Amino acid sequence: MANRTETLPAATVEVRRSSGLWGDAFRRLRRNRLAIVGGVLVILFVFIAIFGPYLAPWPYDYQDLDAVLANGGLPLPAFSPGHFLGTDELGRDLLSRLMDGARISMTVALVVQFVVLVIGMPVGAAAAWFGGRTDSWLMRLTDVIYAYPDLLFIILLSVALKETVFGKALDGLLLVFVAIGLTSWVTMARLVRGQLLSLKETEFVEAAQAIGVPSKKIISKHLLPNALGPVIVAVTLGIPGAILAEATLAFISIGATPPRASWGSLVADGQPWLRSFPHLVIFPALAIATALISFTFLGDGLRDALDPKLKGKQ
Amino acid sequence: MGAYLIRRVLWIIPVLFVVSIITFSLMHAVPGGPWSKEKKLPPSVIEHLDQKYNLDEPVFIQYLNWVGPLQFDEGALQRDEADNLVFGGLLAGDLGPSYKYLDRSVNDIVADGIWVTVQLGLMSFILSVIVGIPLGVIAALRHNGIPDYAATFVSIIGIATPTFVASILLLVVFSIALGWFQPNSLDWRTDPSSWVLPVIALSLFPIAQIARYTRASMLEVTRRDYVRTAHSKGVKEGSVVVVHMIRNALIPVVTILGPLLAFLITGSFITEFIFSVPGIGRYYVTSIGQRDYGVIMAMTMLYAAAIAIMNLVVDVLYAYIDPRIRYS
Repeated sequence: MANRTETLPAATVEVRRSSGLWGDAFRRLRRNRLAIVGGVLVILFVFIAIFGPYLAPWPYDYQDLDAVLANGGLPLPAFSPGHFLGTDELGRDLLSRLMDGARISMTVALVVQFVVLVIGMPVGAAAAWFGGRTDSWLMRLTDVIYAYPDLLFIILLSVALKETVFGKALDGLLLVFVAIGLTSWVTMARLVRGQLLSLKETEFVEAAQAIGVPSKKIISKHLLPNALGPVIVAVTLGIPGAILAEATLAFISIGATPPRASWGSLVADGQPWLRSFPHLVIFPALAIATALISFTFLGDGLRDALDPKLKGKQ
Repeated sequence: MGAYLIRRVLWIIPVLFVVSIITFSLMHAVPGGPWSKEKKLPPSVIEHLDQKYNLDEPVFIQYLNWVGPLQFDEGALQRDEADNLVFGGLLAGDLGPSYKYLDRSVNDIVADGIWVTVQLGLMSFILSVIVGIPLGVIAALRHNGIPDYAATFVSIIGIATPTFVASILLLVVFSIALGWFQPNSLDWRTDPSSWVLPVIALSLFPIAQIARYTRASMLEVTRRDYVRTAHSKGVKEGSVVVVHMIRNALIPVVTILGPLLAFLITGSFITEFIFSVPGIGRYYVTSIGQRDYGVIMAMTMLYAAAIAIMNLVVDVLYAYIDPRIRYS
């Protein structure tokens, strides 16, 4: 018998580098065109919000009265020299005011979701963790907040505290941001609670417990990373709601004190001019629309990327 | 199920109680009162008015008076008959006097406008459902086809256009520029065309939401084993879609219908304002500015009750259409 063992070719197995939960999710996100468009627009909005005052052609409250008077006291139309998107009837540059509005809207996104996380996550986690009476009381609290008509609460709170230091912070905006946050954390609390409760029952957590993984490590390695995905998605998808709430309130002149320019108040200011100078309403409306769409696309993309149920189906 | 239902209905009462306390305290924390006007009234007049309407009492007593039969200050409450201020309180179904419209009670104000607001909300709700669901279903059945892109486009418009923007654009384009509709309809009862624009403005966002949810849910269901089984045993395409897919796909959609209906009824105030709809929505904002305490409380309680009841209805409906769900 000849010795034939030497002829076996070496098996070549191509090992795909393990990319982990987040690597996989990012790969899926990159393949989603709408999410990329949304993400790029979000980055653009954030960039304008941060560097807006340096990029804007004019200060947002500067009144180019000469130009308006030369035009017979009427707003300048779009593409006028020096004012790319035109001005309002006071000669204030619309582009610069829209950029200030981006600043307000992105701050809303940030502050509201911060409040939502700071209240919603601990409440939800405490309800799931302690269970029993704590759980039922916390969930009853969420019932009350849930039934409270949101805008009524925000308007009451902002009128009640308007004259205080808190009410005057950030040109009157901080109060509105916090009020919107106070009405929006309930969904987050319920989500976190539901996530933790269902994760506690999963086989991989049970398996980890069975082989003696300490509970600290179970929380940090299994519960939190798995609950984090839905939380990130909820935060992103909650942003359009917050931007919309701020714009709606600004439209009925609650929130930013003039001459600050929220997109909502720009629409309200432009409304009387709508027939002769539609650009005063159309451009702010487009700004709101773009912001709402980009966060929604990004949020949808993140959800698809982070949802393990869809794995392998794309 | 019966016990669950009773528990849920009873639970609405403490929720409304807490809501009323929060509102009452916040409302009285708002500086100024119903008599602060541009033309200042002399202090003696304000004092007299406060006395007449029991606004000189501590807030706590005022709250008890508002609730009703707990009034332990009976003499002060019923007042002299000449003033015609016999106030029964919430539990007696009396929402009290309006401080702005002195000749009318809050009950009158609510009775005048509530059905208009409910009608507007319900019409928008029906429109959203009959447009949104088919839109989502067609988009999913023609996944990545032209109908899908068209439906997605409609959803994007709905998500991107805030109600106030939609309302003013519709008003200016269709009633002022084109003149198809009366801009400020004075005859909401007899002229059905007055409702067209406000209903459309209010429905855009819900249509988009419903279509998005339905589409996602239908796409999820398409991959299920029971759908493949139905196809492979030769069930007709139409009945696979109707019996197997749509029925199952609509279950998650029902969960968002409750919040949407609540949104349509409580969130219509801007639309009412822009189209001058004679509903109660417009008091939502003005009453706070005018410190019209009775109206603020009435609006809060009505809206909170509406939201709580609609959530309950959805939960019950959910168990009805999905027999796998059992409440205990």
